[in-house]
This record gives sequence, structure tokens and C-alpha cells, in this order.
Amino acid sequence: MLEINELSVHYGGIHALQGITMKVEEGRIVTLIGANGAGKSTALRATVGLVKATAGTVVWNGTKLTGMPTKDIVTLGIALVPEGRRIFANLTVEENLILGAYTRTNRQEIRSDMDRVFELFPRLKERIRQKGGTLSGGEQQMLAVARALMAKPKLIMMDEPSLGLAPMISKMIFDIIRTINKSGTTVLLVEQNAKAALEIADYGYVLETGRIALEGPGKELLADDRVRKAYLGEAQG
Amino acid sequence: MQVPAFEWIKNLMTFTLFLQHIVNALSLGSLYALLAIGYTMVYGILRLINFAHGDIFMIGAYVAFYGTALFVLPWWASLLISIVFTALFGIGLERVAYKPLRDSPRISIMISAIGASFLLENLAVLIFGGRPKGVEVPKVMGQVLNIGSVSFLGVSLFIPIITFGLFVLLMWIVNGTKTGIAMRAVSTDIETSRLMGIDVNRVVSFTFGLGSLLAAFGGIMWSYKYPQLNPLMGVMPGLKCFIAAVIGGIGNIGGAVLGGLLLGIIEIMIVAFFPTLSGYRDAFAFILLIIVLLVKPTGLLGKRQAEKV
Ligand SMILES: Nc1ncnc2c1ncn2[C@@H]1O[C@H](COP(=O)(O)OP(=O)(O)OP(=O)(O)O)[C@@H](O)[C@H]1O
Ligand SMILES: [Mg+2]
Repeated sequence: MLEINELSVHYGGIHALQGITMKVEEGRIVTLIGANGAGKSTALRATVGLVKATAGTVVWNGTKLTGMPTKDIVTLGIALVPEGRRIFANLTVEENLILGAYTRTNRQEIRSDMDRVFELFPRLKERIRQKGGTLSGGEQQMLAVARALMAKPKLIMMDEPSLGLAPMISKMIFDIIRTINKSGTTVLLVEQNAKAALEIADYGYVLETGRIALEGPGKELLADDRVRKAYLGEAQG
Repeated sequence: MQVPAFEWIKNLMTFTLFLQHIVNALSLGSLYALLAIGYTMVYGILRLINFAHGDIFMIGAYVAFYGTALFVLPWWASLLISIVFTALFGIGLERVAYKPLRDSPRISIMISAIGASFLLENLAVLIFGGRPKGVEVPKVMGQVLNIGSVSFLGVSLFIPIITFGLFVLLMWIVNGTKTGIAMRAVSTDIETSRLMGIDVNRVVSFTFGLGSLLAAFGGIMWSYKYPQLNPLMGVMPGLKCFIAAVIGGIGNIGGAVLGGLLLGIIEIMIVAFFPTLSGYRDAFAFILLIIVLLVKPTGLLGKRQAEKV
């Protein structure tokens, strides 16, 4: 279980996260929604140690992650699919996947996981020798997810995986998220597409300018007036 | 019309001479290539011009010199010791002079590199002495080999061969191993590399170690070819090899080799065929640089890439 307690992050003078508290229980899909600049990415980046927390802690199954180098956090079984995909453009699809499994040593297991990932994303298999930079946006997102899966994470965090994707591909990504979760991986999902995210989430948090404004089971948040008005684009009525 | 016999013989002679120049050019070019690889690898990973790289080359040569001259080790043993020592030295240099500045503005780390270079040169004067030292060239390296009518020093033949071997090994490391993939990943996106669980510091150290090792080897071979050491011996080769790396397309290992070979070949050939110009031999590198950059600003094998700032 991931516990985020009173987490604060500053960028220079900007107080981007102002003491947020969240819980991600094992086996769940938890979503974090909020407007642009609310601090969603910052929360994920602080969790994996890419930005420093100025106060508060992140605890993973009893281990304090705050202050640990990213590579050690990743080794504990936490993977992040970063915002904007960030695949290695000059490396092939296969090399990107090999790097996803960088912390692992059992070659046979890595091989069979790669096959499993290709079952999930057959289009990546067809492009195994292609440079990452030559993939389409949707394919790059698939690769970003596939690369994170290669780490065999216990918790996968995804930062706006549906951003900029056609509805078809976007739906496919959400289906995959569910599949990944069914196979036992805990998911923390950051999304702009609040409706799709809340529909598949067990629990959700709403972030507003660095603070948690609302939280609750996905279905409840979907029905909440404030959420409907602010994030689901529905007129008041 | 028949060519008179003496004319034919004269042509043969120039051809022999030409072959001899080729061997010389290849060996000088290989030495340049060895040094240029280090510039290009470090730049590829950290976007840093390691101005002290030429001094690493000098240190490699001195350590091997003291191995044989002071500790009376066989030449191959002091060569190995020097290569290992210099690789560790390069790693240490990065830790002390560059790592603390990795998140500072680019200009700070460049200035630190220039400072490191001056420091090493002055320390070398202090420790090794400013007076040039004569190197005792190992027999295999100093012997004169004759193939047909072409004769040259052993070292001139060994350099290109060993360089080629090292290059193949390096390409295998970079393209065929997990560490190599990690190196290429770090060179494009350090943050995402961290997310993969890559220990970026280790990859950077590995890169410095590898570059310094090749520079040490180059320095030692240089000292067998031109058997005299002085604390500033790395300055001019360092500058030229940085240019070679830029000519080939900085960040590209194949490009560094190409640039180094090109520079070596052109330098030797111009000196051989236009002896009156030999006083300007160090200027050719700059002229070539200007020409190449005018025609192809990214260097011969370089690809356009967004500058990471
Ligand atoms: N590296 C940075 N330096 C300075 N300010 C930053 C930095 N990164 C983020 N911020 C600021 O912190 C706040 C939160 O940013 P963050 O990226 O976490 O938002 P977000 O919720 O992920 O937004 P989006 O939905 O647009 O991705 C914003 O005001 C942003 O401008
Ligand atoms: Mg974001």
C-alpha cells in the first residue's frame, strides 16, 4: 500500500503541493484528477523521487520513500509512465522494453514478460526493430505503458496516458489499464479525462491548486455535483 | 611511346613512398580517433566538452613511462597499469570537477573543465618536471618492418590494428550490451533513465572510464611513435581531436573515428606532398573544421538534435 502523508512540494517560490494526503490500497485502481497545473504530475514525480518533497512523507509497504534515489524506489516495484510518454526516441522498441526491465536480472522471465507485453500490444511486436521516435503518438503511448510493465511493478502510476490520443486508442488504453489491474497490479492513474478515469477507478481524489478538494469511491465522485460541473463538463441542472 | 626504364622505377619509388605515408597517416589518424572518441562520448552523455581530456592522454603516457623507467616493469605491464590507473583517474576527475556542477548552468561546468585542464598541466610540471623525457620504446614497437619495399616502424602498424579492435569492442559495448543501451538512454533523457532504475552516476563514471582508457592507450602509443614526453604534450592533440569529434558529428562514436582518421590522413598527406606547408600542419585541422561546418553544420555523421539546456 502506498501512503502519501501531508506531502508538500515547492518549485522555488511556487507551493505546488500544499500537504496532500492519499492512500492507494493494494489491488485497486485509484485516480487523481484535477485541472491543469493542479499538481497531479508533481504528486507522482515526488513519489518516485524525481522532485524533492519539502515536507511530508511517502511510505510504500512500510518503507519510507521520501529522500530515496529514484533508482531505488523503482527497484522496490513502483513504475511511472511519465507525462508526455518520454520514450527513448533513438532506441528501438525492443531496447526501450529492455530498459524497462533494467533492474531485473532473470533473462528468461524478462523474455516471457516481453512476449506477454506483445500479446497486450501486438502493434509493438510488428515494430520491434523500429526506433521509438518513428512510432505514432498512440504507439508511443503503448510503448510507454509496455516499458513500465517490463519492470514487473507492483504499483504502476500513469500520468495522463490518454492525452492526445484518438478516442479509439484512448479506449484501448483504458481497457489495458483494467487488464493490468486484473492481473494484480495496483494502479494510480492521473487523468484529464475524468469521466473515463472515474468509471474504472475504485477510488478517486480531486486535486485543486495543490490541495485535495474531494475524495471518494469512483462512482460517488462521478455522481457528485461539483465534480460533474467542474470536471465532466456538464451544465448545471 | 615507351616509358624509359628509369622513369618507371621512379614511379615505383613514389608509390612505395605513398604506401609508407598511408601507413603513417593511418596510425596518426587512429591515435586521433582514440582521443576523439572520449570527447564525443562525454559530450553525448553530459553535453560537456571535457577540456581536460588531452591531459588525461598525457597522464596515461607518463604513468606508462614511470612504470618502465622507475619500476622497471615490462612495457606491456606498465601499459596495462597505466590504462587502468588513467581510467580510474578519469572517473575521479568527473566525480571531483564535474559531478557537483551537473545541475548548474552549462557554463559553470565548462569553466570547471578548463580549470581542471590547467590544474593537471601545472601539476604535471610540478610532479613530472617540465623538462621533456625520452621514452624507451619497446623493441616490438621500435623495430623497422619491411613489407615488400615498404618499411615502417612496428608501432605504426600496431596502432591501426589495435585501434580497430578497440573500436569493434566499443561498438559492441554501446550497441550490444545492457550497459550500452543505458548509456544511450542517459544521453537522450537523464530523468527518464532514472525512472528505468538506471544508476545515472554509474553510467557517467563508466563513460569517463572508457574514454580515459582509450585516451591512455592513445597517449602511450603516441609516446612510442614520438618518444618524448612533456607536460603539455596533450594540449595540441587534445584540441585537434576535439575538432575531429566535431567534424565527425559530436556525440557520434563512428563520427569521431572518421574525423580522427580524416584529420590524420590529411595532415600526413599535406606534409608529404607539400613540404613547404608543413609549418602549418596544426592549422589544417581548423581549416577542415571550417569547411565541414560550412557544408554540414552537424558534422559528417551528426544528426540534428534539439539542444538540451
Ligand atoms: N519544474 C518546475 N518548475 C517550476 N514550476 C513548476 C515545475 N513543474 C511544475 N511547476 C508548477 O507546479 C504546478 C503544478 O504542476 P504540475 O505539472 O504538477 O500540474 P499538473 O496537475 O500535472 O498539470 P497538467 O494537467 O497540465 O499536467 C504548476 O503551477 C506548474 O507551473
Ligand atoms: Mg501533469
